[in-house]
Amino acid sequence: MSSLLRLATAGSVDDGKSTLVGRLLYDTKSVLADQLDAIERASVDKGMTTPDLSLLVDGLRSEREQGITIDVAYRYFATPNRSFVLADTPGHVQYTRNTVTGASTAQLGVLLVDARNGVVEQTRRHAAVLAMLGVPRLVLAVNKVDLIDYDEAAFTVIAKEFAAHATSLGYAEGTVLAIPVSALQGDNVATKSENTPWYSGPTLLEHLEEVPVAPDPHEAPFRMPVQYVIRPRTPEYLDYRGYAGQIAAGTVRPGDEVVVLPQGLKSTVESVDTADGSLSEAGTGKSITVVLADDLDITRGDVIAAADNAPKVTDEFTAALCWLSSKQLEPGARVLIKQGTRTVQAMVEELNARFDEQTLSIVDSPGKLELNEIGNVSLRLAEQLPVDDYTVSPRTGAFIVIDPKDGDTLAAGLVGHRFSQLKGVTEPEVA
Amino acid sequence: MTTLEAAADAARDNLAALESEAIHIFREVAGEFDRPVILFSGGKDSTLLLHLAIKAFWPAPVPFPLLHVDTGHNFDEVIAFRDHVVEKYGLRLVVASVQDYIDDGRLAERADGTRNPLQTQPLLDAIADNKFDAVFGGGRRDEERARAKERIFSLRSSFGQWDPRRQRPELWNLYNGRHRPGEHVRVFPLSNFTESDVWNYIAREQVELPSIYYAHQRKVYSRDGMWLTEGPWGGPREDEEVHELTVRYRTVGDGSCTGAVESTASTVEEVIAEVQASRLTERGATRADDRMSEAAMEDRKREGYF
Repeated sequence: MSSLLRLATAGSVDDGKSTLVGRLLYDTKSVLADQLDAIERASVDKGMTTPDLSLLVDGLRSEREQGITIDVAYRYFATPNRSFVLADTPGHVQYTRNTVTGASTAQLGVLLVDARNGVVEQTRRHAAVLAMLGVPRLVLAVNKVDLIDYDEAAFTVIAKEFAAHATSLGYAEGTVLAIPVSALQGDNVATKSENTPWYSGPTLLEHLEEVPVAPDPHEAPFRMPVQYVIRPRTPEYLDYRGYAGQIAAGTVRPGDEVVVLPQGLKSTVESVDTADGSLSEAGTGKSITVVLADDLDITRGDVIAAADNAPKVTDEFTAALCWLSSKQLEPGARVLIKQGTRTVQAMVEELNARFDEQTLSIVDSPGKLELNEIGNVSLRLAEQLPVDDYTVSPRTGAFIVIDPKDGDTLAAGLVGHRFSQLKGVTEPEVA
Repeated sequence: MTTLEAAADAARDNLAALESEAIHIFREVAGEFDRPVILFSGGKDSTLLLHLAIKAFWPAPVPFPLLHVDTGHNFDEVIAFRDHVVEKYGLRLVVASVQDYIDDGRLAERADGTRNPLQTQPLLDAIADNKFDAVFGGGRRDEERARAKERIFSLRSSFGQWDPRRQRPELWNLYNGRHRPGEHVRVFPLSNFTESDVWNYIAREQVELPSIYYAHQRKVYSRDGMWLTEGPWGGPREDEEVHELTVRYRTVGDGSCTGAVESTASTVEEVIAEVQASRLTERGATRADDRMSEAAMEDRKREGYF
């Protein structure tokens, strides 16, 4: 069982998200005395009788002044069995930008709704974005159940409606769970509530602790973008030449047949090194240094991959883009693409479609793509790149789009992603 | 497997993931920047940073120099440790001295005697003079709220300023280090470590730290609820009584405003037990400058301090 769970929360201030996140920190004793003193003082000042847990994650002064509460904040808490990195994504404004950022590293998404309002437009949008990014599991926290008198029937209606929506986005049974909670009162967050005897499932924290997260690394073929060539040139390691990188997918062992792309050079893994010694096997996410049996010309940006299951090498592909910049995209735009450890020039040849994540419908040839919109584009690259489809191998199918003029990050890209991969979406033929 | 064994397994996995993430960040910077530097104070976070850099490039030497912003209010043990580390790993050390700036009038001593806020100018000058384009810092997002939204690659203007509006979304592990001439990027490989992770990793890796992190006898006096120690920065006022206590430091900063905590933890394992039982955050307990105002850290960050 993996011991580090990365999760993203989405929902608006009104749904009580800050209070829920504050409650998780509070109930896992991640809030220390001086922080608690500070929020107790502030709560008394505001005329409240119990500490306002939302203050634990409240924005900064400059955010309030400049309106940049629109940013992903990272929170940390732990139980004896698992550590959690929580990407807290604000819901109202710029939700695509924030949700995409939080979801890009998340293994689980927690969506929050107000029990009095149920599943709303924003819930559907967030779920669609999480589905697109391939976040494997969802939790619907139905908050403020105290305000609907812990009514089972009302909860069931919300849970069923959300389950139907998640199914239409491609989530299989067992990957989505709805939990009745009250962040304010603590019901079913860390402690099983006596007010919901009809709910037999886990508390939110129990679920986060127990939910299986790591995909089986043996299923995916090996991929490692080369970050840096290690050549010590010291007397002890005079001829040492190792390729440093973090395994993006799969596993690697000494003796494995590999291919170096885009060149297409074949070799055999001689050793898998770390500062703690050589390994007999290394899996996804591990930072290693690979030594190959042959003396090849390999540099940063190349990809070492399983020889019998290598990514395609191409200078053209279609991709979904989540547009994150206030500068709008039009066909013909020249951009930079960073994929793996390589940055290449590219041109957006066609803007094929825009995805309306609210209605789950497709708009053909929209002409432009604006901040927080999601589109499908055809890209032509100045160089050949080894790429996988995002849905097959997220870490080698993901890229960012950079503005060559000022270096801004413009978009998140998903190679080969077609919106029709989300079930329930009908995509018109792309010309 | 017992619950305890499962918990121990979980902790190992978590540290392995954090280590791989930090190593990946070091290698990205080495691959994409011309003149990176590691900010090194001799404190535990920067020592951990250096340890991870050594692991990232092994068996080659670390391809970056160290930069120490020296407030002149140092603990002797920490300076000795700094010099020991530099020699042991054959590193190049650049020192930016606050004392030099005070001596020649470019900076004025503050009324309260603390020099933490004075570090900004020498730091920015050292970055500009040496044309450093990536500056590694030991900042962690769990330290306090101003850092919860900090990026791993944090873009700074040519004035060293952090403009929240120009910070880029960070997706997957694809960091964008593009910057204009004169700008630089602060890089935080320990972003996702918590204080408890830092200590557990130090224990696992047997990382050597300055001795003041462990319990020792020290003459201290109480000011604003903190145990301060006498030094070149001054000492107790007449109304402040000096006690000899068994203390240790949880953070190492400017001696005039870094407080000791009463502790008998003399090994890393005892420190971990203490941290886990602690009811005060490390900054709240030991940094006078952070307690001055709720937004103190945020202000300093905008000025170009970390």
